[in-house]
Amino acid sequence: MNLSFLRLSVWIYLAIFFAYLLGPLVIMAVTAFNSPSFPSATPWECLTFEWFSALFQDTRILNGIKNSIIIGAGTVVLSVLMGLAGALMLTQIWPKLRATYYTVIIAPILIPGVVLGISTLVFWDRINRMVGLGPDSVLSSGLFLTILGQSTFIASYCMLVLVARLQRYDTALTEAALDLGATHAQAFRKVLLPFMRPAIASAAVLAFLASFENYNTTTFTFGEYPTLTIELAQKVRYGISPAISALAFIIVILTVFAALTNEAAIRRRELVAAARREATVAELSGGGVKLPGFLSGNAAAGLLVALAIATIVVVGTATVYSPDQCITDIREQKRIEADLRAEELRRKRDEERKLKAAEEPAPAAPTGTGTSSGSFGGVFDPNALQNAPAAPEAEANPPAGNNSGFGGVFDPNALKGTDN
Amino acid sequence: MSAGVGVDLENLWIRFGDFVAVRDANVNIKGGDFFSFLGPSGCGKTTILRAVSGFLDPSEGNVLIGGKNMKGVGPNKRPTALIFQNLALFPLMKVWENIAFSMEIKGASAAERRKRADELLEMIALEGQGDKLPSELSGGQRQRVAIARALCAEPHVLLLDEPLSALDLKLRQHMRTELREIQQRVGITFIYITHDQGEALTMSDSIAVMRAGVIDQIGDGKTIYNDPATPFAASFVGENNVFRGKVKQVSGDRVLVQSNRSGELLARVSTANVGKMKEGDSAMIFIRPEALELAKTGTEGDHYVSARVVNEEFEGNVFNIFMEGDGGKEIKVSLPNHGQSFDSHKGETMTLRYDVKNAVAMPAGVLATE
Ligand SMILES: Nc1ncnc2c1ncn2[C@@H]1O[C@H](COP(=O)(O)OP(=O)(O)O)[C@@H](O)[C@H]1O
Ligand SMILES: [Mg+2]
Repeated sequence: MNLSFLRLSVWIYLAIFFAYLLGPLVIMAVTAFNSPSFPSATPWECLTFEWFSALFQDTRILNGIKNSIIIGAGTVVLSVLMGLAGALMLTQIWPKLRATYYTVIIAPILIPGVVLGISTLVFWDRINRMVGLGPDSVLSSGLFLTILGQSTFIASYCMLVLVARLQRYDTALTEAALDLGATHAQAFRKVLLPFMRPAIASAAVLAFLASFENYNTTTFTFGEYPTLTIELAQKVRYGISPAISALAFIIVILTVFAALTNEAAIRRRELVAAARREATVAELSGGGVKLPGFLSGNAAAGLLVALAIATIVVVGTATVYSPDQCITDIREQKRIEADLRAEELRRKRDEERKLKAAEEPAPAAPTGTGTSSGSFGGVFDPNALQNAPAAPEAEANPPAGNNSGFGGVFDPNALKGTDN
Repeated sequence: MSAGVGVDLENLWIRFGDFVAVRDANVNIKGGDFFSFLGPSGCGKTTILRAVSGFLDPSEGNVLIGGKNMKGVGPNKRPTALIFQNLALFPLMKVWENIAFSMEIKGASAAERRKRADELLEMIALEGQGDKLPSELSGGQRQRVAIARALCAEPHVLLLDEPLSALDLKLRQHMRTELREIQQRVGITFIYITHDQGEALTMSDSIAVMRAGVIDQIGDGKTIYNDPATPFAASFVGENNVFRGKVKQVSGDRVLVQSNRSGELLARVSTANVGKMKEGDSAMIFIRPEALELAKTGTEGDHYVSARVVNEEFEGNVFNIFMEGDGGKEIKVSLPNHGQSFDSHKGETMTLRYDVKNAVAMPAGVLATE
């Protein structure tokens, strides 16, 4: 009794926790497929893929993505190299200096990104002037400055990841390689580097993600090369469109894809190792080991395949599906509703006027007689609030939507403040 | 296979800061020999080996390999291969890639490397295991892979740092024979490090006994065992009973010692100490447990010892009797088991005799701590 209550509360807690964690993502994903031009999940109007095509036609977003990827790649290379050098140095340095060195090298993580951004800008501007180059030299290019600025602290992250692996390295392995005739470079390349490879991969992914999402530092250094985060921030200032939800949805899907691929690969490696352990000598040398298939006993791989199929199906539908009919219907319906309302309002006013006329002998001149749905509904039109750029026609969003049974809790309009 | 070359250490000193790890070592190792450094943990054995393989520069003195001074020659340029105490097999490479690593460095093709690796795998009785990872092998197998990897580099000198210490007893004894066989087959110089006197005695042509950075004695196993040069060598190599006292009379290589507990004892001065003992000096006499035998109780003389039996044990091939000895130490007597009847004498006083040539005397000094 008590126990089942406890179990129940654990489940409820988990449900709330995951709703808190994933709810916004789910809502956002839904808005990417809903036709209203302000991102909203309710009322559900029409399934549409137009926000995806809007996204892929938005040159600023696309350019931002391109810049983010270029800068991310540059940051990965620079940060992993500096991180590896820092990590190797840490193991070589005189033990008494090690703690101090460590503090110095991870300090950039503790310094606010804004400070790093400003100092990078100022520092390289000085250098640029000292060298006597013009304002459009490489040293003052946004690409160069952003990569450098981001790397100042991302290199520290990389170093932490690499140091953790390096601490498990047995220096006797390098000595063994030297002893067998290898040069220092060969020992590094053939023994230490392969050992570090998993950590280098982790550090590279970490560096790329950190670079991709960085705003604080980049905002001072981007110059002519606005990254995706910069573009998004600038866009949101003029109101958001479901195209941004579409972008976020794509990013979420890519993340899930990457995570599942990784998980599936790890699981497969485990299975292969287990198979090798059980294999006999003859099987090993003859290459006759029965290795498990990619999908057998691999839940992550199964999910991955399911997700891939789902993606193909959705993309396939998107190419043939057209929401035009639905949108026209909805528009028609809205128009009728608006007309009805206008009609009712007119009737009410007429009645009021009659009442007033009954009270006052001299009736006032009727104001706003030809009340259109537009001037009336304008108050409720989110376009008016949001200045949504290029809103397709006046889509009077009926107030009924906001009065749905959920009391607007899940209405992104209500969440707007956090979205920005 | 390349022939073994000699290794010489000349006045070798190695210091770490103020700490002297190796003090004035002078060793001449003949080419093709199986040479062991034997000493307790921390006495500087690994340090000497690292100086020979080139990972450590001597503070003073020289290392000569094949007569050539190795000063300034890096570890990858020396004709030595080292088997590390923890083996240091490359964990991410397959067994055959490990073995052929030295060829990969020189740019040999994969086919050549595979062929050589398979030959060596056959030699170490691991045919067909080349595609495994080192972690998939047992301790003894890994041991042999490490040896094969070192031999693949065709060194003139193979250096082994306590290679058997991680193995269990059975395997250790088996590997002793195997190592000795490999050494005789390839004919190169082996320099072997161990703290196990059994290993050193069974395998080596020559042994250096080390104590705290100092080489006490160099000689073949028999010499070290029968004619130790220092109290440390006498007590570290094999079991030994020590009798302390003062020199009463010296004549040639015979010395009469007034012992603390057992009266006057006659002994042979160890070869290294002939002429170094004077009347009145503190002395030590060492007699091995198997060199003592029971005598008629109450017999007295300069090669008889009487003491009270405190304990007895049966070890299969020998009966051991422990008697009250000098300085809290017991005197151990080992009587070979010929199937004779054996009565307990616990608590009684018994008399032992020995041959004077089996009692080795030398100036008193530091004993090995058990
Ligand atoms: N790199 C080093 N720095 C300082 N002391 C060292 C170093 N290497 C070894 N020592 C010291 O030298 C002594 C001998 O060490 P070692 O040669 O490893 O002994 P072992 O005979 O057990 O192989 C030990 O006391 C050890 O602490
Ligand atoms: Mg050692």
